[in-house]
Amino acid sequence: MIPGAFDYRCPKTVDEAVKLLATPDSRILAGGHSLLPMMKLRFAEPARLIDINRIEELKGITEERDRDAIRIGAMTTEAELIASPLINARVPLLAEAARQIADPQVRNRGTLGGDAVHGDPGNDHPAVLIALGASYVLRGPKGERSVAADGFYLGTFMTQMAAEEILTAVVVPVPPAGGGHAYCKLKRKTGDYATAAAAVQLHLSGGICSRAAVALTNVGPTPLNASAAAALLTGKRIDEALIEQAAQAAMAICDPAEDLRGDREYRTAMAGEMTRRAIRLAVSRAQGG
Amino acid sequence: MAKQHISFTLNGEAVETLVEPRELLIHTLRERLNLTGSHIGCETSHCGACTVDLDGRSVKSCTVLAVQADGANVMTVEGLAKDGQLHPLQEGFMQEHGLQCGFCTPGMLMRAWRLLQENPNPSDEEIRSGMSGNLCRCTGYQNIVKAIQYAAKKLAA
Repeated sequence: MIPGAFDYRCPKTVDEAVKLLATPDSRILAGGHSLLPMMKLRFAEPARLIDINRIEELKGITEERDRDAIRIGAMTTEAELIASPLINARVPLLAEAARQIADPQVRNRGTLGGDAVHGDPGNDHPAVLIALGASYVLRGPKGERSVAADGFYLGTFMTQMAAEEILTAVVVPVPPAGGGHAYCKLKRKTGDYATAAAAVQLHLSGGICSRAAVALTNVGPTPLNASAAAALLTGKRIDEALIEQAAQAAMAICDPAEDLRGDREYRTAMAGEMTRRAIRLAVSRAQGG
Repeated sequence: MAKQHISFTLNGEAVETLVEPRELLIHTLRERLNLTGSHIGCETSHCGACTVDLDGRSVKSCTVLAVQADGANVMTVEGLAKDGQLHPLQEGFMQEHGLQCGFCTPGMLMRAWRLLQENPNPSDEEIRSGMSGNLCRCTGYQNIVKAIQYAAKKLAA
């Protein structure tokens, strides 16, 4: 299988890439592990491919102390996220999700940015970035803007990013110390998208949950912010009964497609189970377990 | 589309060729540079038979454009044996019966080679997760793990 013909460009700067994007039917090539398979199958046939792998300003992970956030270049690979001491120390939820994506070779090519804005509900980072309250830095012909991950996803393969824009970085606020996190993903095999997955980031203060975020992967046309589930946890001591209520609230917003991973009922039930497991694990980590 | 000129280092030697931008690295290696050790399996980045080393990292060459390898350092299974001597990994796969039909073996060897560069003394569990992007339909993986352990021990000696 070979992709259809295209005009190949390999800019060295973001500005150059934005200019090239002005030509209709242009697509950005990041890690290529979603786009190239789609092009082989003729699900995508861009006239121009803009390869951003050689743009240095899209790489690197830096701490922005003034706003207590981590800025991650869009072309940071999954392998780089996993290997980053800064990510593991400050935003371990992101590394935990990256470890569950695809396989070693694919993680060497696949990027945070590509996964974040591709728009496939099977992508793992969107739910994680929603749970972390991350935002996306987009650059287009009119300049730069920042869009929250929560609300960015409008439908399957539909996002707030315009065709002439490029994602340059993901900015993740550092969760306060003493928090707990978990990304629990059910998949049939290595390399599969989630049957269902849940991302949880929470904080305990004197045994009481002072803040919580819960988001779900691949159980709807977009990643889902299970804010009702998170609200149930907030301000309370988390016990099994409360976890069950939160799981039910998460299941209530699921709208999965039936596919080879299971029917709607099964995938919804698994979203509930992943939510239970992720909350339990996050609580145990917050307690130092 | 016009062909583009690319040059890169392949198993330690400088090579150059002309490719269409849509050409995948695996096809350039096999059909233009006549190194048919890397195999084409699933063509969808699942099976790992086409795994090669690109600038110090394992990649699936069915999902990398040849133009993206311009200027890179590429190693394929043909680069493993030196002076007619099998690499300890190749020896290990032979001694421990790490293959039956052999189709997945070039990708297994190249992934295992990089894995041992990154982690010279892996546990069985680390081998299994490190090799999780390579599928074998014959062996059930037991002997592949043993073959990689064989090589790790021999390389450490």
